[in-house]
Amino acid sequence: MNAVLTVAWKEFRDGLRNRWVLAITLVFALLALGLSYFGAAASGSVGFTSLGTTIVSLASLAVFLIPLIALLLAYDSIVGEEERGTLLLLLTYPLGRVQLLAGKFLGHGAILGVSTLVGFGAAAVLIAFAAGDAAGTGLLPAFAYFILSATLLGWVFIALAYLISVCVSEKSRAAGLALLVWFFFVLVYDLGLLGTLVATGGGVGRDVFPYLLLLNPTDVFRLANLAGFEPARSYSGLMALARGHALQPAALTGILMLWVIVPLTLAAWRFRRREL
Amino acid sequence: MSDGARTPVVGLEGVAKHYGRFAALQDVSLDIAPGEVIGLLGHNGAGKTTLMKLILGLSAPSSGRVRVFGLDPHGKQANTLRPRLGYLPESIAFYDALTGREVLDYFARLKGVDKREREALLERVGLAEAAGRRVKTYSKGMRQRLGLAQALLGRPELLLLDEPTVGLDPMATRDFYATIDELRSEGHTVILSSHILPGIEHHITRAVILGRGRLLVQGPLESLWRSAGLSFKVRVQGQWQDESWLDTLPAPIEGLRRINGSRLEFAVHHEDKLAVVRALLARPEVQDLELAPPGLEALYVHFDRTVSDVPGGES
Repeated sequence: MNAVLTVAWKEFRDGLRNRWVLAITLVFALLALGLSYFGAAASGSVGFTSLGTTIVSLASLAVFLIPLIALLLAYDSIVGEEERGTLLLLLTYPLGRVQLLAGKFLGHGAILGVSTLVGFGAAAVLIAFAAGDAAGTGLLPAFAYFILSATLLGWVFIALAYLISVCVSEKSRAAGLALLVWFFFVLVYDLGLLGTLVATGGGVGRDVFPYLLLLNPTDVFRLANLAGFEPARSYSGLMALARGHALQPAALTGILMLWVIVPLTLAAWRFRRREL
Repeated sequence: MSDGARTPVVGLEGVAKHYGRFAALQDVSLDIAPGEVIGLLGHNGAGKTTLMKLILGLSAPSSGRVRVFGLDPHGKQANTLRPRLGYLPESIAFYDALTGREVLDYFARLKGVDKREREALLERVGLAEAAGRRVKTYSKGMRQRLGLAQALLGRPELLLLDEPTVGLDPMATRDFYATIDELRSEGHTVILSSHILPGIEHHITRAVILGRGRLLVQGPLESLWRSAGLSFKVRVQGQWQDESWLDTLPAPIEGLRRINGSRLEFAVHHEDKLAVVRALLARPEVQDLELAPPGLEALYVHFDRTVSDVPGGES
């Protein structure tokens, strides 16, 4: 356990040192403040508007940004150490491969978790002060749930990044694959689903559709944050299809956790079998 | 095995390692006793790094048996074994963003070594002053010294150093070998790989020569030179009218080469070396002389041919 924490702390300190934590935190905070302030610009006014609008716009941007950040943060964690020569060295220490991976996950997870919490959290507090009653009383719980699910979404993509990192032998290939994974989950998957739906005139898969959405962690995140708000219903397009199904926030959180655990387990399994 | 009184630090029995269809190592058997300094010699791709990986338990042999301190390094006991090993991989880059002290601190924590020892090691390898700087600013020699400090954490009984002097300038190389000599006198067992012989020969107790994945030959360098019948080069400088005094030497000389009026070079067999040197020292004509041992190349060529001559020895 001690070895795991040592690796985790080193990764986290790396994150502080090369300004990852600072950069992500700032991006999230500015994003949250900007969107909540200008969120209503389309309707001809600026200023802090309703909570629903803010969360919906935040979620739709975060769903692009967080997976990208997580993949960039973690895609080279194993293959990068290998290229540097330190992987071979680390594994001659009293440190198992699974422990190394677990330590890295704790470290990277903490980088993303802290940045999300501080970035969006600070923004939430500011909005609460600035907007006063306009934001309503549901602000903090809604933001808390948003932060939780955003962190989980980040962890999902960290786990996916590890899976990539243990499967390739070159850093550049890992980077390429990471971009492909991002592209697939964030853009292609939904487009494919919509395409199928439209092409078949909605005849196929009306019932399985909500479940197909669960096969994409970014959609789970969207469902969790969009479906819960009344104003979101008009924005959410695809998400509307999932309405009425019994997907409570708690269940969606659980599904996101599964999306963390499964790739992470696969990565650990693959890493253990890997010939160095 | 020597006589079974002491467990060898490393025991290899008929070890082979295949990567797909490529045989990186074939039928290697070797025992290493405590306190030995082994020079693991061979060209790039001879199997030196693969052998080290097997000893470190980083990979399992395809066949044969590997034992380190009597335990299987790839098995369940690996974690009890690892604190007793130190390893310096070939060309390691470490973490550029961290300082030398932070890098060593990371590895020290993983090995359960306390701060005092870490500081003492920085001092020992001469990095105490640069310890607060980022590794990014380190020269190749400093990185290598940091690597050595890392390998020495926890005073390991067995040290494996993979091509430790590649890319080091002569001064750094000399310092490095001085440290190896210290380690030997402290009783560490050291396995040192190299693809060149000059520089290493005075610091090892035994040479193990690998070629194309096979153990070509092993033994003290002296006895390898002797059994290979390889000759030493002798360079003589002095004042002489003619070269008739050469005929008075007690042993036949080969390949006489006149570099200029006052310099000669010739070769003598290993067993005649001392007698010839004594005779040369007794000659008033000789003002200076220099002896050069045969290089790894000569040994390699000799023993590689010997092995290839064995029926079925060629793969």
